[in-house]
This record gives sequence, structure tokens and C-alpha cells, in this order.
Amino acid sequence: MTGDRPVLTMTGISKTFPGVRALHDVDFRLFPGEVHALMGENGAGKSTLIKVLTGVYGTDAGTVTLDGEQVSFTGPMQAAAAGVSTVYQEVNLCTNLSVAENIFIGREPRRLGAVRWGEMRRRARDLLARLDLDLDVSAQLGTFSLAVQQMVAIARAIDVRARVLILDEPTSSLDAGEVAQLFRIMRQLRDEGIAILFVTHFLDQVYGIADRITVLRNGALVGEYRTGELPQFSLVEKMIGQELDVLERLDEQQKRATVALDGQAPLVDAEEVGRRGAVAPFSLRIHAGEVVGLAGLLGSGRTEVARLIFGADRADHGQVRTDGARSPLRTPIHAIDQGIGFCSENRRAEGIVPELSVRENMILAMQAARGWLRPIPRRRQDELVQKYVEALSIRPANPELPVRNLSGGNQQKVLLARWLITEPRLLILDEPTRGIDVGAKAEIQKLVVQLSDGGMAVLFISAELEEVLRLSHRVAVMRDREMVAQLTNDDTLDADRVMRTIASGTPREEVTR
Amino acid sequence: MSSTSLSAVRSWRPSLPRRHVPVLATLALLLVMYGIGVSQYRAFSNVQVVFNVFIDNGFLLVVAVGMTFVILTGGIDLSVGSVVAMTAMVSAALLRAGLPAALVLVVALLIGPTLGFLMGCAIHFFEIQPFIVTLAGMFFARGMCTFISDSSISITDGFWTGMSQERIGDPAGNFVSISVLIAFAVVLVAAYVLAYTRFGRNVYAVGGNAQSALLMGLPVARTRIAVYTISGLCSAIGGILLSFYTLSGAPLIAVGMELDVIAAVVIGGTVLTGGSGYVFGTVLGVLVLGVIQTLITFDGSLNSWWTKIVIGGLLFAFILLQRLIGIRFK
Repeated sequence: MTGDRPVLTMTGISKTFPGVRALHDVDFRLFPGEVHALMGENGAGKSTLIKVLTGVYGTDAGTVTLDGEQVSFTGPMQAAAAGVSTVYQEVNLCTNLSVAENIFIGREPRRLGAVRWGEMRRRARDLLARLDLDLDVSAQLGTFSLAVQQMVAIARAIDVRARVLILDEPTSSLDAGEVAQLFRIMRQLRDEGIAILFVTHFLDQVYGIADRITVLRNGALVGEYRTGELPQFSLVEKMIGQELDVLERLDEQQKRATVALDGQAPLVDAEEVGRRGAVAPFSLRIHAGEVVGLAGLLGSGRTEVARLIFGADRADHGQVRTDGARSPLRTPIHAIDQGIGFCSENRRAEGIVPELSVRENMILAMQAARGWLRPIPRRRQDELVQKYVEALSIRPANPELPVRNLSGGNQQKVLLARWLITEPRLLILDEPTRGIDVGAKAEIQKLVVQLSDGGMAVLFISAELEEVLRLSHRVAVMRDREMVAQLTNDDTLDADRVMRTIASGTPREEVTR
Repeated sequence: MSSTSLSAVRSWRPSLPRRHVPVLATLALLLVMYGIGVSQYRAFSNVQVVFNVFIDNGFLLVVAVGMTFVILTGGIDLSVGSVVAMTAMVSAALLRAGLPAALVLVVALLIGPTLGFLMGCAIHFFEIQPFIVTLAGMFFARGMCTFISDSSISITDGFWTGMSQERIGDPAGNFVSISVLIAFAVVLVAAYVLAYTRFGRNVYAVGGNAQSALLMGLPVARTRIAVYTISGLCSAIGGILLSFYTLSGAPLIAVGMELDVIAAVVIGGTVLTGGSGYVFGTVLGVLVLGVIQTLITFDGSLNSWWTKIVIGGLLFAFILLQRLIGIRFK
């Protein structure tokens, strides 16, 4: 399947940013007809390598050759024209335009300067048929799911007669079925001889699709391996560069069977809470020291449940009470007052304030809880921030750095610290580990366990069942915006059973046209 | 996973394309208002009433077309009213100085686009809010009007008076002015450019998501600067048409016109955040404003400020409508 001559080689690539050595003497090669996974923790240099390859950054040293010829792209457009196309993690298309236009804009078929709409739609349909997609190409892109948008982005990328396709974390917002669909397309393109560079944080996916793996660590090359010859365990070791004691210890831990809750009043009692169009009425009780996992597919209403409990959306049915509150919770301010913290899944848009420093981001919630008229003394701020920078091992450990300079995993930790400082009684974590590397993920999981041992209640939302099962005492399962089950996490519960619960019953058939 | 399961993921299937709803709402509103007029006043059904709406608002229409380009990219141009006035002032002053009409036309048509080009560059390269850049442009152009003359200058040039008095009519005696034909020509060209040229599609792309447009390799800088230049050109044409209409240049004419123009564009269904809207909608928006004026004139007992009150109400209703569609879409 793999050709004998690489279509792309990068040799001795080095790149230094002021104060940071992002890449040091990295070699990388890509053969036609292979899927090659580029692995590494956040900050290992994966993104930098891709940006060097596509000409977003220049190099300090090293050469890139495409088909034996040395190239030096000045930008993604030039790279694409030469056959190196990139699909980014965030879908970079225009949702207000039609599917066909998104595929062809910038190179529309024209006659005498006029865009030929009919021809464009026909070619779009042909191209999508190649990917086994049957879409209404004149519909606005925004009316489709993110997964479909991702496929359209790939269609756009391969239409420019790509020989190298770079997929930068394409799966981070897809659910299992959509990932399968994406993989099918990737295999098909691979069989057509396209070389695919695949970046992901999901190890299972790497073993599901990659032919070869290159591992980076701290901007340096660790090695290139055939997927079959590198067990998952050693891959993680190579990425982290240390023993896997953290992960192992968590794995060895006993099932987190229910803590003794008998007779204990719930900390938060949501009774028949619902909101039309968002989530059907559900009841959920969360006790002190309990971790409740929320499982379900993307878009099944997990986040909506969290937002209702926190009061970020107004429930039009039922009410949420906490033991301390005289009246039901209605607004986030009220919820924060009652000791509820909410780490949003959308850390860029709803959580982190990128321009503010780590310290300022951390004290935001506490300051809000105290009221803005009572500023927190600077010395107290420094103490608190120092404590959590150490406790969560936030790197770089400089509290005065703007948060936007931190990697995704570290931003997530800052967000966590923001709520931990307020010492909440219930912490809602919505996808706290999405898009962050293995090491940071393990640290966050460990923290959740510690917090609940210390008596904090946690509502833990994640698309990864494994993670939910590892941490939760109970698992609430969402399907089609409805809470369909609450399972106690005892010996009988495993990923398979949760999966079946998600899938079973009679999910409403979506009407297809 | 079959392809059908993926199409099923599609979140919301509109029976009516979402982007057409605002335009259709405006069309319905226009028909209702016209119907009210016809049922209340016998003379309203006269074709000339409709023609007069075009005659009185031809220059507004041209300027609104330019504004549509800007708003489609998610920008705003507050300078248009002042540029209209400045163009009329410059024309009047140059004609008074005895320059030939053709030369005056060329000069007058160059000033607006030049200012627009400069504002576009400032907005793009210095990443300044369009609001503040065009606000500066607005003060500058208005100041230039008074600098040229602090009182009104009348135009006696033959070409201008000819254009002003020329009537193109049908045998029944109904007529339109040259300005209306020019305005129609501008509308048709603009509609073609937006629908069928790369530049036009780039305008929509930039308005939809400028960051994505950049990553898709579209010329964002050129597009952004071009829309302000086009808006400047349309303002210049509008200024000339206004000077045909009034046969003068006055320093305080078209004050606040930019707001009428923005109202017309938004009522015409173009979304202020960019990426969605049509020139045809803008035509409807201008007609709505014109018909409101006509209705209030026909009534006779109502103060002309009622026009503003109704426009205010409509504008609010339409922004609400856009928002509701947006929420439903989300």
C-alpha cells in the first residue's frame, strides 16, 4: 500500500520563537498512500511542524522537499496549489454560503467572468459522491452538522488535486459514528494514493487508522514507528517521556462504587427540570462527595443539562434547589452563591479571557462572588494563584503571562483553578479533557478524584465513556435530549452497557430526504 | 456508516430557505402598505404614484446599494450622507467656476471612491472599527462642504438642468426621470456583481467569516477595501443624482441620510453582522421608506415626523425578526 519513495520529506527542521525552541532538528517523511499520525503532547511541536510545512511560518534551519524538489511555501494557499492541503480542527468554512460554494469559492468555474452556478453544483455533487456523501449542495453549509461540515472541508481540500492532505485534529468534535465515516473517507483517499498526515489526541483512533506514527516531544523527534510495532502503552510513554504511573494508578483503582449516601440529603436537587427545544424534563440529585457522569452522544443534551442546573439557561419546567437556598436557582449568580461552579466546554468562547493574565483569569469568579466593590488584596491573589499553579502544575508557571500564550491543556487548568478558588460545593465540568494531551488529561482526572474524596460534588460531562466510567459513582445517560437512565457505577457497569443504553430503546428516526 | 445516516444528522431542515425569509417579509410588508394606500386613497392607484416614489428616492436607492456591499461584509459606512452632500457641493462649485460639465462629472465621481478607498485601507490595515473610521470620514466630508461654501450654491448649467427636466414617459402621461434609470442601472450591475462574480461571492464569504475566508485563500484585504470604495462611488453617483434633483449644492443637505440608508438596507433583509442579504431586498427597503412617506403625504393631517416614527418601529421589528431567525437557526 505504501509507496517506496516519500512524496514529502522534511529534514533537520528547526524553529525558534522568542524564548521558546519550538522545533529542533526534526525529520519527517510521508509516503504516498499512507495515513501517518503525528503524535505528541500539547506543545510538543505538532502544530508548529504543520505550519512550517504549509508555509505559515518560515524555518530557521532545515529543508522541505515535495516529490524530490525542494520547496518553501509562502502560505497555505501556495502549499495547496502545490498539492499540500490542510483541514483544520475548527472548520474554516463560511456557514452562510452553500455547500457547493464552500467547496469551490476562490476557484469557481466561470465563463466570461461570470460564475457558472449550475456547473459548480454539478461538480460539487460529483466530488461529494466520491466521498459517498449525498447532500443538497445548494443548501447553506450552516444547516448541516459539524461532521458534515468537516467532510465538506475535506472535499474542498482534495479538489485541488491534493497529494498530501493534512488533517489537524479533525475528530475532536465528532461523535463515534461520524469518526467512522471520516475514517472510511480517509481510507478511500489513502487507497487513491494520497498521503495523509493525521493529528489527533485520541490514541484509539491512531490505532484504528494510522499506518505509521511519528512522535514528537518538546520540539524534538522521538522516532518514527510502524503502528503495528508500537504498542499503545509505549506510544504514550514515548509521548510523555516518563513512566505512566499516574494513568496506571487511576486504572488500578477500584470501581468507584457508590459512597454511602443513605439518608444524606442531596446537595443539588433538580426536579423535573426541562426547557423546551433544549432538553426534556429530568430529575437529578447530586450529593456531596459524589461524581455524577453525564454520558451521551454529541448533541444529546449533555451541555443543556449542565446549563439548566447552573441557571445559564432558564428552565421552563421544574426547578433546581440546593440544600442551602431558600428559593430555586434561577441565575448563574444565584448558583455561584450556592457554591456551584461551571467549567464550560467551550473554553475559548465562554471561559478564558485570552488577553488577561493567568492570575486575572483565575480570580475572576472569586472576585465576582465577592462583588466588585471588595477587591481581593494582591497578596492574597498571589497566594491563591501560586497554590493552584503548583497544585495543577500549570506550565509555564508564570501567573502574569496572558492566558492566550498557554496551550489548550494549560488553559483548561486555569479555568479549573478559577472555580476551585471559589471552593465550590458542586463543580460542573463540561468536557474538561477534550483536545488536551494525555498527561494533562490524567492530571485532571486525578484531580477530580481528589476533589470528590475531599467532599466536593462533581458533575462530569465527557464524550469518552472510559473516562466517565473511571471517575463517576453514577452515570446519567442522555439520548435525543432526554435523560434515559441513571446507572450506578458498580461491577456490572461497563462501557458496553452504557453504549447499549445510549443506543437502545427506540431512538426517533430522523427524517431523511 | 452510510451516507444517509450523516444527512440525517443535519440539524434543521428549513422548508423555506432561511436567507429568503427577511426579503419575503419586506415584500409582504410593501404589498400590504401599498394595498392600504390604494384602499384609502383613490389617487394612490395611479401608476405615477409609484413612479414618484422612485423619482424622489432614486439617489437614496443608489447610495443604499453601495451600503449593501459594505454591510454584507459586516461593516458599516457612516460617511455616505456627507459624501453625497460633498459631491453635490463640489459639482455646484466647479460649475459655478465655469468648468465644463463633463470634467465636473469626472471630478465629482472620483472624490467619493477615493475617500472610500482610504477609509477601507484604514479599516483593513490598521484594524480600526469601520464605525469610527467612517464617522471620521463623515465629519471630514461634511466639513469640506462648509469649507467650499457656507451657503447653498445653485446650478444653472445646461446639462444639469437638462437632466433635471428630462422626462421619460409612456403615452398615458406617466413618467420617470433620468435619475431613476441611472438608479436602475446601478441596481442591475450591483445585483449581477454580487451574484455572478468572484468579487461578489468574496463579499459574502468575508461577511460570513473573514478568518475562514482568509484561510480559504480569498483576497480579504482587496475585498474589504473594494466595498468601501464602491460605497464611496455609489455615494458620489447619489450626490450627482441629488444635484440633478435639487439643482443646487447645499452644505447641510442629506444630513442624517446615512441612517435612512442603513435603515433601508436592514429593512430590506440584509443582516447587519454580514454575509446575508440581497440588492433586491435593498430596493424593497427603499420602496418601503418611500411608500411610508407617500402614505403620510396623502393623509395630509399627519406630521412628517410620523415617517421617522414608523421607520423606527419597522427597523426594530426587522432586527427582531433577523434575531429570531438567527436563534431558531442556532
